[in-house]
Parts: sequence; structure tokens; C-alpha cells
Amino acid sequence: MAEVSTLNHTPTLTAKDFASDQEVRWCPGCGDYSILKQVQTVLPELGIPREKFAFISGIGCSSRFPYYMEAYGLHSIHGRATAIAAGLKMIRPDLSVWIISGDGDALSIGTNHTLQLIRRNFDVQLLVFNNQIYGLTKGQYSPTSEEGKVTKSTPMGSIDHPFNPCALVLGADATFVARSLDRDPKHLQMVLKRAAHHRGTSFVEIYQNCNIFNDGAFFVFTEKETKFQKGIYVEHGKPMLFDNGKKGIKLDGTKPIVVDMSEASVNDLWIHDETDIIKANILTRMFEDPDKTDLPRPFGVLYVANRPCYEDLMKQQIQDAIEQKGKGDITKLINSGDTWVIA
Amino acid sequence: MAKPIVLKEEVTIRFAGDSGDGMQLTGTEFTNASAIVGNDLSTFPDYPAEIRAPQGTVAGVSGFQIHFGSTEVDTPGDICNVLVAMNAAALKANLRYLETGGLIIANTDGFDEKNLRLAKLEKNPLEDGSLDKYTVIKIDITKIARTALQDSGLSTRDIDRSKNMFVLGLLMWLYNRPLDVTIRNLEAKFAKKPEILQANLRLLRAGYDYGETTELFTTRYDVKQAPTMEKGKYRNIMGNQALAYGFIAASELAGLPLFLGSYPITPASDILHELSKHKAFNVHTFQAEDEIAAICAAIGASFGGALAVTTSSGPGIALKGEAIGLATMLELPIVIVNIQRGGPSTGLPTKTEQADLLQAMYGRNGECPVVVICTRQPNDCFDVAIEASRIAIEHMVPVMLLSDGYIANGAEPWLIPDLSKYKKIKPNFLTEPNSPNGKLLPYKRDERFVRPWVLPGTKGLEHRIGGLEKQHETGNVSYDPENHEFMVKMRQAKVDKVADFIPLQEVEQGPESGELVVLGWGSTFGCIRTAVRELNNQGHNIAQVHLRYLNPFPKNLGDILKRYKKVLVPEINNGQLVKIVRDKFLVDAIPFNKIQGLPFNVVEMKAKILEVLGK
Ligand SMILES: Cc1ncc(C[n+]2csc(CCOP(=O)(O)OP(=O)(O)O)c2C)c(N)n1
Ligand code: SF4
Repeated sequence: MAEVSTLNHTPTLTAKDFASDQEVRWCPGCGDYSILKQVQTVLPELGIPREKFAFISGIGCSSRFPYYMEAYGLHSIHGRATAIAAGLKMIRPDLSVWIISGDGDALSIGTNHTLQLIRRNFDVQLLVFNNQIYGLTKGQYSPTSEEGKVTKSTPMGSIDHPFNPCALVLGADATFVARSLDRDPKHLQMVLKRAAHHRGTSFVEIYQNCNIFNDGAFFVFTEKETKFQKGIYVEHGKPMLFDNGKKGIKLDGTKPIVVDMSEASVNDLWIHDETDIIKANILTRMFEDPDKTDLPRPFGVLYVANRPCYEDLMKQQIQDAIEQKGKGDITKLINSGDTWVIA
Repeated sequence: MAKPIVLKEEVTIRFAGDSGDGMQLTGTEFTNASAIVGNDLSTFPDYPAEIRAPQGTVAGVSGFQIHFGSTEVDTPGDICNVLVAMNAAALKANLRYLETGGLIIANTDGFDEKNLRLAKLEKNPLEDGSLDKYTVIKIDITKIARTALQDSGLSTRDIDRSKNMFVLGLLMWLYNRPLDVTIRNLEAKFAKKPEILQANLRLLRAGYDYGETTELFTTRYDVKQAPTMEKGKYRNIMGNQALAYGFIAASELAGLPLFLGSYPITPASDILHELSKHKAFNVHTFQAEDEIAAICAAIGASFGGALAVTTSSGPGIALKGEAIGLATMLELPIVIVNIQRGGPSTGLPTKTEQADLLQAMYGRNGECPVVVICTRQPNDCFDVAIEASRIAIEHMVPVMLLSDGYIANGAEPWLIPDLSKYKKIKPNFLTEPNSPNGKLLPYKRDERFVRPWVLPGTKGLEHRIGGLEKQHETGNVSYDPENHEFMVKMRQAKVDKVADFIPLQEVEQGPESGELVVLGWGSTFGCIRTAVRELNNQGHNIAQVHLRYLNPFPKNLGDILKRYKKVLVPEINNGQLVKIVRDKFLVDAIPFNKIQGLPFNVVEMKAKILEVLGK
């Protein structure tokens, strides 16, 4: 007979406790491994019992993620994880719900559901693994691929204009927008933790290397030689400094400009305010081709706002209805309206 | 002087006017009054396709038919005895439903030059003798209404809008119906608009008194209580409303919160509207961004432990297809309601059809069996909703519930059930490991082939499910060829097994074997029933079998069908059930199809039956 485990004792969990017994099957070198590891590292620190986590994914390489997590998981259909998570959250607000999606999954076939989830502000974490390519279907361009991208379905180069994910979701009134990278574990962990603590939909775009179909797409932002020149790590209340403090960003009206710190003072710099929607729009728009601009791409928590969560409002309406009309009585309901008796 | 009252067994009245004339309200109130006197009845609203078709045109005609009687009434009636025509277009569009010698009550103001032109009539039918074979009563209702409300201070527009109350009052008088229910309902409806209420009440009275005082009518009629009706307490119910009530009851019987994910579509939207009113029952209604999100949210809710329902019509069900496949793989309970309408594509959105049966049975990728059940009439919907929920929850399977526009909007007296007599619905929850090594096997099946329902949040039973093929018992992803074949057959077996948990098929009426059985499903019930009954009363011996369970079929259905020489299958489609019956039972069933967006009528049903009998 199986031993009954000690019930009231919740031992402190470790990253290992979140690893399932399933063999992880991504291509060797895939950025997804690191993301999995960072999520497993962060969860024990949240103080939530393991059985309260639910991972919901769509379809794509990244969407295999739930199988590798020792938690509740649902691997669903292409683009629809957001809608499924919404339904789960309405019935089970007690769960910590994490949506795992790719750039094709969340921003192509599932764009509409993604934006609707965000405008409704369900309290979930939406992690979009952006590798600027379709991995699972073997290398077609994705809605975040750059113009001119040559892939199997675009031998003459893509003529699609790409989405800017953070700007897109900001347009849907996202209450938490962040960007991080698979190859910066500490940064990713910090962002994931902040996302987990945010009440509302936390949108986290994670640059993920697909070493098979789009190797090095983000190397300018992830590799030592260039990352501090091409990227800027923003922090709330801190001046916008990058390139090891040698450069900064100043706002000229609404236009960000790069200044040389040997000539400028820190007091002139843009101070990152993650609650400022106007500045968040400018920040998420600092997005041109890194070869064509001297403006670095921002990483970190770009925007945070406070807005009621959909599931709370829904519960509230149910409570209000019960308060106003009393708890539903089905016998009373079916006996309502004009009735008559045939004796 | 009081006029003599003549008793009638049954009467059919069709109210027809411009869509702004309030014919639906008039019909509904007449229905309420008839229900109160204990008549059996059935109604059929016939809306125009556009919300606001041009006034006065045939496209803008709105109709409401009621068939009431002191005998059993199963259909809204083929042919009406009385036609109320508020304008020329209404007469033109509906004259074909009136019996020869029938009564026309015409609002002469609706037959002026402009109305004749809009109805594309060259001559005024009220004047040119073309209606000689009917009894025509001409009343300038508009003028009477304006005179009666001269001093009311209301605008002409408001007065004209209330003129339907005059018609209602007149017919209430003509058929000896009480006014008190109508008065109460109007008081509630216009509680915040006292002037409008007064106008409506005055015109209702005016119509009633008009019958009494004018010389237009020499007799009144009465239709007495139907003695065939079962004893008990009744109310009127519409199909969609009854489905909504049924789901609330099911959630209570199962002890689960109710979740509805839906996207508006005619004729299914009223279920969403109705359930949205009942949040105090722990009802969660979610108007999603589209049908895919609607069913996906329902799947998420089901994963979380709710009674999950999604409602739509054919085009929306098409969008839900992939997610129905997911629910089939996840083996989670969900009820998918399809209120069928004319198709394909947008088809005839406001008209009825039974053409989604094959979609329900087969319309998904892969081997994807789901349980399919259907409702036959408005007062059957409550029980069918409970039954669909029971099967979904107890067998961990998607259930497709088929209704149609005709049932959804039709109203009937409903014998209010006693809920304490209903069996509880038992979810297959699991909270402890189900294997000897203390591990969870999420796809380990019981003797019904049903897997357990493990809710997230259950300590120690963390597990993953998904749409990829699963290994038997462990539920782990598996591409093993033998396992796939096994699982495909297992999912089919699980659905087939439901046959052990549903009632055996009964013969509705007629002999247990013999010459002919008429086999139907869904909303053709009333028409087939009346046709078979009437023919049997004339000395024929025909059987009627009507299905509620379409997949799986009741276990004895094949045997029953084989006991008759001929099987006739009437359907409002191009022949769908007939295909399945031929496939499953190898019987040479005869199709009988009507594809006009209209229900069968009793006359054509009887004619077809006689033809098949060779009479
Ligand atoms: C309805 C549907 N359409 C298409 C597909 C094929 N498909 C699977 S994954 C995918 C794109 C995956 O790209 P992305 O979301 O970026 O994920 P990645 O594999 O790169 O992690 C596509 C087109 C599918 N599974 N379902
Ligand atoms: S194809 Fe790309 S994204 Fe998919 S597993 Fe391989 S490396 Fe990762």
C-alpha cells in the first residue's frame, strides 16, 4: 500500500521539484532550455504550493514547456492558450496561471486572443518566447521576423512588416510589459519574479535563440562584445545609462537621443519611470534595426499599471447578484413568470 | 347585447405586420392568456432576416403564429383560421397560410397607396374582390387609436406604435380570453413609462369593447382547457430559455459552478442573454471575442472543475471544431450547444434547418467521436440540457446538443418539474493516487472507460495533459503506432459505452412492428406526431419513433427498425440521419426532405406517409 504523505508539512521547494520526469526534447543548444531553468528557479521563491501552478501552452517548440514542469499543465492548440487560461482563471482565481507561447503562437494565429486577454487583464503571466521564426514547422518567417528575411516560405525575402510585441500589447492597455533574454539568466529571473508578483496580465517578451532555424538573431543583444552597446537595461528610478556608463539617453521633447557621458550630466538624463505610459510608448518604440540607429534596445520592466483583474470583477458581480437577489433558488426560478395549475 | 359564444376545439391565428408593429408582443400576450385558460398550445415566431428591413415592404414583415386547443397541440399549425394583417405587405406575405373561408382582420390604414406600392401590389386586395373566398373585416385601426388617444398628450408616433394593443384586445374578446394577465405584464413592462402604459391599456380595452359594441362580429368563440394535459403546475417556456434553466439545474445537480463561453449568433444568443441574468446561481457567463475563444475558455473552465458549456449555431460550431478535438483528447467534460439554422455559410440565419447533424457526428479532423443528443420541442429542452451535462460530466466526454431555430424561439406550456426527483450528477473526481506505486495515472479508466477528473490544486496529483496522442493510462505523449490505434478505438468505445447509460428507445405511438415506422429527430417531432396520430385515427396503423440520442443510438434501435417493413425518415435537410441509419443498421430507410428554411407541415407529412404506404 502506498504511504500517505505527511499532509500539513509543506517543505521548501527547490528548482528540482519543478522538473517533471519527462525527458526534455528541444534541439541541443535551444534557448528554451535556459528559460525552463529560470522559471524552475524562480517558482520556489514565490511561496506558492506546487499544486497551485498551472502552465498552459499553445503549439510550437516552446509550447512543449508544460510537459517538463512538475505542476499542472495543459498543452493545447495553436494560438489558443490565452483563451484557455482565461477560462481557467475565471473558475479558479486561486491558481497561479502561466501561459507559454511562441511569437507565431501568440502573435500570429493567436494575436486576437492575446490582445483580448491583455485588455481584460486576467491575472496571469504570459511568456512569449520570441525567436523571430517558426521553429516547430521548420523555419518559416514569423510575425516578428525582420523585413527582407529569407526563409523557406520567403525565398525572395519577407515583405511583411514585423510586429513590435511590446508596443503592440501596450496598445491593448497591458498592465505589465517587460522584455528579457534567454542568455541572461539573472535578468530573466528578475523579470519573471516581477511578473509573478504583478496582479494583472504580465506580458514578458523573451528573446530566445533558435539555433537551428534562426541562429544568432539576437546575438547583438546577448553576447558580451555588443550587448552593452546595443542594449540598455532599464530600472525604475534610475537614469538611462548604457555602454558601461559611457553613454546615456536624454529626452528632447518626446524624442530620445543618445548623449556621450563625457559631455553630459546624469541630471539631464531620462529617468526610467515604469508607471509613465507616455514614456513607456517611447521606450517600446525604441526598436529600429540595431545597425541603423545608435539608440539601444531596452530590456527590463518597461511599464507597469494598476487595473482591476477580470476574474475579480466577475466574482464581484456574482457576489453582488447574490447580495441583491439572494442565492439562486432553482425551484423558485422555474416557478417564476405566469403559472397555472391543471387539476 | 352579449353575443353568442361558439365552442372550438382548436384555432390557429397568425399575427402579421411590419416589424415595427409589435406583432411578437401581441402574439406572446395572446399566448399567455391562452395558457392561463389551460389550452395546449404551440407558437412559431417568424422574424424578418434584417433587423430593420424597409417599413411596409414584404421583407419587413414580422409574423407570429399560435395554435391553441382543447385537444393535444404539437405544432404551431400548418394553416391558420385567422390572419391579422396590419398592412398590405403582411397580407401579401401570409395569405398563403390562411384556410379558405378563413377570417382576415385588416388594418385599412396599412393599405393606402404608399403601402400598396411598397408591397408591390397594383390593386388594393381589400377592394378588388380578390379576397372573396375569405371573410374580411376591415378596420382603420390607426384612426381609431388616434381618436381614442387624442387627449393623451402622446405623439402620433407613440400612439401609432401602440395600435397593436387594439388588435390584441379585439382578439381577446373574439376568443373569450381574460385580460388580467396582459394587464399585469404591460404594467411591468411599462412601469417606468406611465403614459405609454395608459395608452396601451386604453387601446387594449378599446379593442375588447369594439368587438362587443360593433356589428362586425356576430359570434364569439371559446377554446376550453385541454383535458389531455397532465395534471400539475404549468408555465410557458421558450426553447433557449429552457436550455438555460436546464444548465443551471444541472450545475446544481452536479454541485459545480456553471461556466458559459459564448459569442453572439442567431438563434443561439438568447441562451447567453438568459444565463447572464442568473449570476446569483454562481453562473459565469463570458462573452468571448469569437467562437474559438468561447469554447477554449470553456475548456479551461472544465480543466478547473466547472460544468462548461459553449453555445452557438452552425457557423460558430465550424470554428469550434479544432477545440472540440482538443476536448476529446483531453477527455474533459464540455457541452456544445448548436442551435441549428439554415446553411451552409451564413445561409438563412433566421430560418430553421436540421442540417448540422453530419457536422456534429463527423465534422472534425481525425477520429473524433463525441456524444450527440437533440431536443424535440421547447418543453423538452430543460431535460435535454440536464442529460447532456450528465453525460459530459459522468463520462468525461464532449457532448453536442442539437436544437434549432424553430425550437429555440417557439413557446409551449411546460409542466414545471419537481427537481427533487432528478438524479444527482456525479463527477468522477480523484484526489488520491490511483496506482499501486502511489502515482497518478491520469488516463487510467474505470469500467465505463472513463478517466478521472483531477483538478489543479490537488496536492500530489500534478500532471500534464494535451492534444498530442497519449499513452494509455500514463497520459504521457506517445507516437507509438499500436498505442495510437488502441487509443482511437478506446475513445470510440468510451462514447459507444454511453449507450449502457441511456434509456432504451421507445416507440412513441403506433404498433411495435408492422408496415411503416416514421423515424425522426429534433423539431420535426410535433408535426410527425400529429400526422401519425391523425392517420391512425383514420384507421391506419403507423408507428412513430423519435430519437433523443443520436450518438450513440439506443442499443435497441436497430432491432426496432427491423421490425417494420418500411422506415421513413423526414428531415429538414437533404438527408442526413437517413445516411447514418443506413450505414449503422443496413436498413433501406426512405428519406423525406424539405429544405426551405421552414418546418414540415402536417398536410405534407400525411401525404408523404400515405404515398410511402402506397395509399
Ligand atoms: C491550426 C494550426 N495551424 C498550423 C499549425 C502548425 N504550426 C505548429 S507550430 C507553428 C508555428 C510555431 O511558431 P512559434 O509559435 O513561433 O513557436 P516555436 O516553434 O518557434 O517555438 C505552426 C504554424 C498547427 N499546429 N495548428
Ligand atoms: S527548432 Fe529552434 S526553437 Fe525549436 S527546439 Fe529547435 S532550436 Fe529550439
